[in-house]
Amino acid sequence: MKNKTSLFLHALLYIFPGALIILTFHFIPVFYAFYVSFFQGRFGREVFVGFQNYRILFQDPDFWNSLKNTTYYVIGTVPTTIILSLCIAMLLNSKIKGLSIYRTIYFLPVITSINAVAIVWKWLFHNQYGLFNSWLEYFGMARIDWLGDPKFAMFSIILMSIWKGLGYNIIIFLAGLQGIPKHLYESADIDGAGLWHKFRHITVPMISPVTFFVLIMSTISSFQVFAQVYMMTQGGPNKSTSVIVYHLYDKAFQKFDMGSSSAIAFVLFIIILIMTIIQRKVAEKKVHYAN
Amino acid sequence: MFKSKNTKENIMKIIIHTLLIAGAVSMLFPFFWMISTSFKTPSEILTYPTKLLPDSLHWRNYTHAWKNPNVNFARYFSNTIFVAGITTLGQLFLSSLAAYAFAFFNFPWKDRIFMLLLATMMIPQQALLVPDYIILHKLRILDTYFALIIPWICSAFSIFLLRQFFMSIPKELFEAATIDGASKIKFYYKILLPLSVPPLLTAGMFTFLGSWNSFIWPLIVTSSPELRVIQVGLAQYMQAEGTNWGPLMAASTFCTIPLIAGYFFVQKRFIQGIATTGMKD
Repeated sequence: MKNKTSLFLHALLYIFPGALIILTFHFIPVFYAFYVSFFQGRFGREVFVGFQNYRILFQDPDFWNSLKNTTYYVIGTVPTTIILSLCIAMLLNSKIKGLSIYRTIYFLPVITSINAVAIVWKWLFHNQYGLFNSWLEYFGMARIDWLGDPKFAMFSIILMSIWKGLGYNIIIFLAGLQGIPKHLYESADIDGAGLWHKFRHITVPMISPVTFFVLIMSTISSFQVFAQVYMMTQGGPNKSTSVIVYHLYDKAFQKFDMGSSSAIAFVLFIIILIMTIIQRKVAEKKVHYAN
Repeated sequence: MFKSKNTKENIMKIIIHTLLIAGAVSMLFPFFWMISTSFKTPSEILTYPTKLLPDSLHWRNYTHAWKNPNVNFARYFSNTIFVAGITTLGQLFLSSLAAYAFAFFNFPWKDRIFMLLLATMMIPQQALLVPDYIILHKLRILDTYFALIIPWICSAFSIFLLRQFFMSIPKELFEAATIDGASKIKFYYKILLPLSVPPLLTAGMFTFLGSWNSFIWPLIVTSSPELRVIQVGLAQYMQAEGTNWGPLMAASTFCTIPLIAGYFFVQKRFIQGIATTGMKD
């Protein structure tokens, strides 16, 4: 029998190249960001400043504003996307013809690049010549300056993001719904249960692990929204769409302030970590896992 | 009585289809609008009431965008295909090697190392931008193809996906082959890889799409116009063109169509892959 070290070294031969990449670029940098966040100044001339970057960050109204905007975005997209996609997935799951065609169509926005569709939506939202406003006008309603009015800009980005992300969640929910054993519904039919009753007492509990998964994944990705904002509003008007990652991008790559942008990156990491832990705790109580 | 149940069911079906068609139309409409606008003349674009379709196919927007001296979409396309292609091949190679060891070998700390790699999937990518940028700067590969490719040539997700499949291959096959004198690496490329074409294709598709659509990464790690990929080029083009919607829609169209065409070929595998793994880029 070979000794443990040689087994380990042999396995390392296969794992090392890939693990090196993952650890260097996708794991260690979190800690590195934490380290860099204690310094100030440009490349090569950094000075240790302790918690100064965090102190400045927490007193920076722009940071709190970006946090507020991100929260608005997350609350605006996540629940709506989950409810809408569950409804559509249930419609698709009702033994109808053309399932694969519908599925393909609903999934189309997911695969296309956010940049291309952001340009299209920017055009749809255009204040003067955009289609949405010409519809509003046609029905005798007042125009809305979708992307130019601080009251509406984030709402418009949310609308577009729901459209973009819906198909992904539909596919996941559909897979979950198809996994629910048919006999549960059949025995409920024998008991004479109505549609609502079946939804409430079979579909909801059986689908809860999937819902939980979708909730975590969409929360994590919504907190990191960037491309829509970059393409459609550049954080404006009046900073009303400046989200955390946009704020981070601005600090790091427009103003090259690596210390304070590392602090933002680390805070973003912590926020998402806390969100995930909370959701996990809640899920332990509420999610129904079969077996 | 049976008949009334049938009509009730039929009415239900009609309602369901109406709702689904309404949804499908709203999903497709922005694409329709993009293509329709891309064929309109400047005056057609700005008329009110808005016309749904152009009077004739006006190709000038396409030539305007493609031949614009400020942008070089041909170059962006080749860059994107090159970067996405190498990233995908590299990722399949390195991830399958690691997945092979995790699935078939016995070695100390196996589970711990695997869990550590999996845990990296929970780290938000955008929180890594700044430190990764500094690391690339220190490695002196900022603004090179290496910066676009190297950080992405392995992923915990691909390792996970491939390991799941490798575990379904009987271990006896591995034991018989390696006892026979065939070395472990020979088993990997002679038996395992040929058996694993479907999951390799699935993982490859996700990687390719992710790389093709990636935006913030190439935006920050490259600055030379020669290294620009499509998504960055498109963003740049939008800033240059301002509100010249015809050419902008044409550029969006030719940047989107290759992907949609490819999607129609692989959609079944793709959707199955999503449904079983819950992949998200």
